[in-house]
Amino acid sequence: MDSVAQRLSAVGAGAALELRGVTRLFGALAALTDVTITVRPGERRAVLGSNGAGKTTLFNCITGDFPPSSGTIRFFGEDVTHFPPYERIRRGLRRTYQISALFPGLTVQDNVYLACRGVSRGRFSFLRPGQNDALMHAADGLVQAVHLTGVKDQRVAELAHGQQRQLEIALALAGAPRFVLFDEPAAGLSPTERVELVEILTSLPPHIGYIIIEHDMDVALRVVESVTMMHNGRIFKEGLPQEIQSAPEVQELYLGGGHE
Amino acid sequence: MSVTHDARIQVHKPASTAQRPAVRGWPDINNPAAWIVAVILLIMPLIANGFFLIEIFATTLILGTIALSLMFLAGYGGMVSLMQLTIAGFAAYMVAVFGVSGNANISLGWPWWLAVPMALTLATIFGTLGGALAVRTEGIYTIMITLAIGAAFYYFTNQNWAIFNGHTGINNVATPHFWGVDWRADIPFYYVVLATAALCYFAVEYISRAPFGLALQGVRDNPRRMAALGFNVNAHRVAAYAVASFIAGLAGVLQVWNYRQISPGSVSVGACIDVLIIAVVGGITRPVGPYIGALVFVLLRTFALDFLVKIGLDGNRFRLLIGLGFLAIVFWSSDGVIGLWQRWRQSQVREENRPGGGRGHG
Repeated sequence: MDSVAQRLSAVGAGAALELRGVTRLFGALAALTDVTITVRPGERRAVLGSNGAGKTTLFNCITGDFPPSSGTIRFFGEDVTHFPPYERIRRGLRRTYQISALFPGLTVQDNVYLACRGVSRGRFSFLRPGQNDALMHAADGLVQAVHLTGVKDQRVAELAHGQQRQLEIALALAGAPRFVLFDEPAAGLSPTERVELVEILTSLPPHIGYIIIEHDMDVALRVVESVTMMHNGRIFKEGLPQEIQSAPEVQELYLGGGHE
Repeated sequence: MSVTHDARIQVHKPASTAQRPAVRGWPDINNPAAWIVAVILLIMPLIANGFFLIEIFATTLILGTIALSLMFLAGYGGMVSLMQLTIAGFAAYMVAVFGVSGNANISLGWPWWLAVPMALTLATIFGTLGGALAVRTEGIYTIMITLAIGAAFYYFTNQNWAIFNGHTGINNVATPHFWGVDWRADIPFYYVVLATAALCYFAVEYISRAPFGLALQGVRDNPRRMAALGFNVNAHRVAAYAVASFIAGLAGVLQVWNYRQISPGSVSVGACIDVLIIAVVGGITRPVGPYIGALVFVLLRTFALDFLVKIGLDGNRFRLLIGLGFLAIVFWSSDGVIGLWQRWRQSQVREENRPGGGRGHG
């Protein structure tokens, strides 16, 4: 854990993400109730919980896909509670989706190129990228980093599921991400692909922190240094991976039983 | 093995990056059929008489350009707008109002080179404002809002006498004469129309591979993800309406020069829907589709009457033929005539490749 401590001290103090009393209602249903979380820059954290615990709603509130009903969200000190999603993304927040949210009519290369373009200038440019376009090269690099170079001119609709999951991650790493939300990145991946995923996550540059929602404890606990447990839209436990793994609530949650 | 490091180190990929823009960006260059069509269009005045040149081909190119503006919105942006003809009609009215016409009490008498930019500007503003309303909705509601704008404009032109001259419209609209050429004479006008249509066609094809066009296709495929990549989705949609309005406006200017008059009949709800039919029949996945659809439409409109009379039916039933053709094409091919064509080509290619085996996937 020494390297983790070094890494965190290197990226500085303050909070990357600070949620205060975040509540989200869908009609009478409270998907999130009074959630307060602080994540330091560079910190890597897992959010665990059963289906319907509010994990994905938490992500949607942080990115602004659904604004919170009450509470405040700060991103690197800035109050982004009322910002539209694209303003948060331009400030270095990224996310992936549980069900791949890609552009099936475009090629792999164009998908990644759009991700690179979205967080830089010239989104409305009418000029085609030239052969030495920096973003084109950045996109090439990302495509290679997620092992998709062989299929980069194929339309995304033609990709296998595992390849789509890898592309999903590439889209979230375009530009200069400061904090990433991974929503079940291992869903539907083969054991080999899971090993590759762990490798991609652990080799991210040290200043990039993330929150990962993951049901596969082998993946989740290997790539994080802290864990938050959620249930019924509330946080009920925070701790280190080892503590959480042996906690009775977790045993109950993941090995049968479960509260109704 | 760090991801972002890879992004910087991995810079030179000469083979694949070098050929991508040239080949995939301009598919027409390697297509012999496109060259043949281009040559035929250029030498058309040598083969066709004045009737064919204007009533068939110029009219096809004008209607095709209006439908192209719909193809740009629907094919790339996923937004079906029924007001593209209304925008073209608005531009046509503005040329008549600001320029010279037989209705001296209405027309301001500006020279064409002032009236046309004014008309294009106003039409673009009009379409952009309509788009700004429409982008707040999706799917069927976009169709309803744009159709409502089209219908409102039609009834407004019918009832407003101060500017639009009511149901009689504006007649004897002057057409440009300069450099000793009457640009409304058949052959010069055909080339003006051809040049404008080509400009619009290549502009749409070029933009489709530029960041703006790619982003528009991203908005079509997944607007929510586009927002999560840093794009302001609604701003992109409104900008797409602005581009489409300018294209429709250009076609509207040509239309008023073609008929030398503009009246509410030209902007009726039926005509708005004709543009949708043209685009869908031709195919909205590629810019060439609207022109193919327009050619089918104009040929049917012009000759179905004689054909129907010949087989003993009422000539005014030509819309029945168009309707049946529309049904058949939508039933057999959701991407219109070009869809049928592409599938036929693919089946040919597959048969050629079968003995030797398909191309490998790297």
